[in-house]
Amino acid sequence: MKYIDPHIHMVSRTTDDYQRMAQSGCIAVTEPAFWAGFDRSSAQGFADYFRQLTEYEPRRAALFGIQHFTWLCINPKEADDPGFAREVISIIPEFLKCDTVLGIGEIGLNKNTKNELIILEEQIALAETHNQLVLVHTPHLEDKRKGTRLIMDALSASNIDAGRILIDHVEEHTVGEVLDRGFWAGMTLYPDTKMTPQRATDVIEMYGSERIWMNSAGDWGCSDPLAVPKARVEMSRRGHTMSLIDKVTLENPMTFLSQSPNFKVNA
Amino acid sequence: MSDLAKTCPQTREQVINMYFLEHRAKLLDVAAFLDRIDRAQPGTASSDFREAALKGAIGVLIDGQSQRAKRVLELFSDATAEMPQSAHGMKGASGAVKTATGGGK
Repeated sequence: MKYIDPHIHMVSRTTDDYQRMAQSGCIAVTEPAFWAGFDRSSAQGFADYFRQLTEYEPRRAALFGIQHFTWLCINPKEADDPGFAREVISIIPEFLKCDTVLGIGEIGLNKNTKNELIILEEQIALAETHNQLVLVHTPHLEDKRKGTRLIMDALSASNIDAGRILIDHVEEHTVGEVLDRGFWAGMTLYPDTKMTPQRATDVIEMYGSERIWMNSAGDWGCSDPLAVPKARVEMSRRGHTMSLIDKVTLENPMTFLSQSPNFKVNA
Repeated sequence: MSDLAKTCPQTREQVINMYFLEHRAKLLDVAAFLDRIDRAQPGTASSDFREAALKGAIGVLIDGQSQRAKRVLELFSDATAEMPQSAHGMKGASGAVKTATGGGK
């Protein structure tokens, strides 16, 4: 059994987690840049974080035979100050030259503010200028549906092909619109605020297995770095075929991510 | 319901056999949570928008219509179009909508 966890924040996880993920069949992870649980005080703090993502973390993952790829951005939670956000955005192009960077992410909205939207549009433009894939964070809880629609409108106003954009953290009330508009959809298996493996399996049954993947988004909060293999077990015990299980946990991530020339994985 | 009928590979009996105890326990958690609110010390507010939203969502569970999860999420969603300039001073997400109009489509 092999799988990819295409959205997990390994900087927040222990080395034990890499070991357990490898033992569970994980062959690759992709790690979007995100909020550290506190607001960084300078753009230099982001530069250090980007070095951690592009230099240190791939080496730590490789110790367990896992390939580590990353996405870079200023996350929406720290993007509410446009001046500061632009300072961070200015250092991103230098890091896009690193050979494990797949694109811009996870960009999006947090509280659906005008300031966040301005910076989202500027990071979409950055992705377009540098021909990068895009990984999108959608807001939590009551803000999700409104934020997802605002984000999709901003993305549709760009010249980036919808097939090169994955909109993450979809739930039952957003997944249909995301897929209908041609984007890829990510389901995050997160204990309290997002999806359970049971509900993610329901979504695949109702909306199909095209342009959709599952991830753990494991981070410093209550989360589970083994959520993807647990979802595989859930699909299996419900009677789904191994080919379908492999499609949504291995082949679909491979298909989307392989649009970046930097994504090279031997499955 | 017709477009979603038979999308689950299991029979009704298999679904119930596999998941009944798990969801019986979750339902009891909700029941105990509502009891706990009733037993709690009086607060400053007589009602809470989150409690009201939860009780509204419970109605969705037993209305006999399909896509309950989607409709519950819609009930909990912000249906306004306004965008604040900044998030400064805003609290984190609460999971339900405080406005008079509430959630919905």
